[in-house]
Amino acid sequence: MKKKILTKNDIFLVLGLLAVFALILLILHFTASPGKEVVVSVDGKEISSYPLSEDGTYLIKGAGGGTNLLVIESGSARLTEASCPDHLCVHMGSINKAGESIICLPNKVIVEIRSSLGEDTDYDAVVGG
Amino acid sequence: MMQWWEDKDMNKTKTIALYGILSSLALILSYVETQIPAFIAIPGMKLGLTNIVVLVALYHVDEKAALIINFVRIIIVALLFGTALSFAFSLAGGLLSGLVMILMKKTDRFGVMGVSTVGALTHNIGQILVAMIALNTRAIAWYLPVLWITGIITGLIIGFIGAMVIKKLPAV
Repeated sequence: MKKKILTKNDIFLVLGLLAVFALILLILHFTASPGKEVVVSVDGKEISSYPLSEDGTYLIKGAGGGTNLLVIESGSARLTEASCPDHLCVHMGSINKAGESIICLPNKVIVEIRSSLGEDTDYDAVVGG
Repeated sequence: MMQWWEDKDMNKTKTIALYGILSSLALILSYVETQIPAFIAIPGMKLGLTNIVVLVALYHVDEKAALIINFVRIIIVALLFGTALSFAFSLAGGLLSGLVMILMKKTDRFGVMGVSTVGALTHNIGQILVAMIALNTRAIAWYLPVLWITGIITGLIIGFIGAMVIKKLPAV
C-alpha cells in the first residue's frame, strides 16, 4: 500500500483547524473583561483573593509544602519566586484580564483573575506591602 | 520444508525484538524532549518527538504495535521521570491521541501529516482537559489558543519527519 504523506484532505484539514483557531481567538477576545481581583487556589480550593488595584506581595503555601511568591503591582499579578523545580509559573509573566491564569502544577497552585469582587478571605501571609 | 524464518516462534521473536527497539526509541526521544528548553514555558506544550515512533509503528507495522508501544512508552517514562500526576496527564493525552490517529488512518483519506497533526492536537488538548478536571478549574482554558496552534505546527513537522523515516525503512 502506497503511504501518502500529504493529501488534499490534509490541506483542507489544516485549513479547517486554522479556522477553528481564529474562532477560538475571537471568542476569547470578545468575552474577556478587565480583571478586578486575583484569586489564589490550592488543590482546587480557593484560598484567598486580593484586589488587583492594591499592590502587594503574598506568600502562597502550595501542596506538599511548596511555596510561590505572588506579586501584585500596577494592576497586574505575577509569580516572582517558586519552590517548584521547573519554574514555569515564574516564566509565565504577568496577568491582568479576567480569566487569565498562572499555574504551578507541582504545587497545585492556580492564580487567576476574576472580574467581580468576591468575599474577603483570610490571607495566608503578608510579606511587605 | 519450512524455512527458519517461517517458524512461528521466529516471528514472535522478531515481533518482540521490533517492539523492543521501537519502544526504546520512543523512550529516548521522550527524554531528549525534556532537555529542550524552548517548549517548557507552557504546561502541555511539547514537540512530540515520540510521536515519530508511534507513526512509524502505525504505518510500518500495524495499529496494535502503535497502541502497545505508545502505552509502554507512557508507563516507563512515568516510572523513570514522572510523578503520579504527570502519568495521568500523559496517559490521557497519549492514549486519546493514539486512538484518534488509528481512527484517522483507518478512514484512508488522510496522509501521514494530517494524521500526525490531529494526533498532536488531541494530545495537547487531552492533557489540558485532564489538568482542568484534576485541578478543578476552567482557568487553564486560556492556554487553548497557544496549544492549538503549536499542536498544528508540531503535528505537521513530526508528520513530515515520520513520513520520511517510514519511506526509508525496508519491509518488516
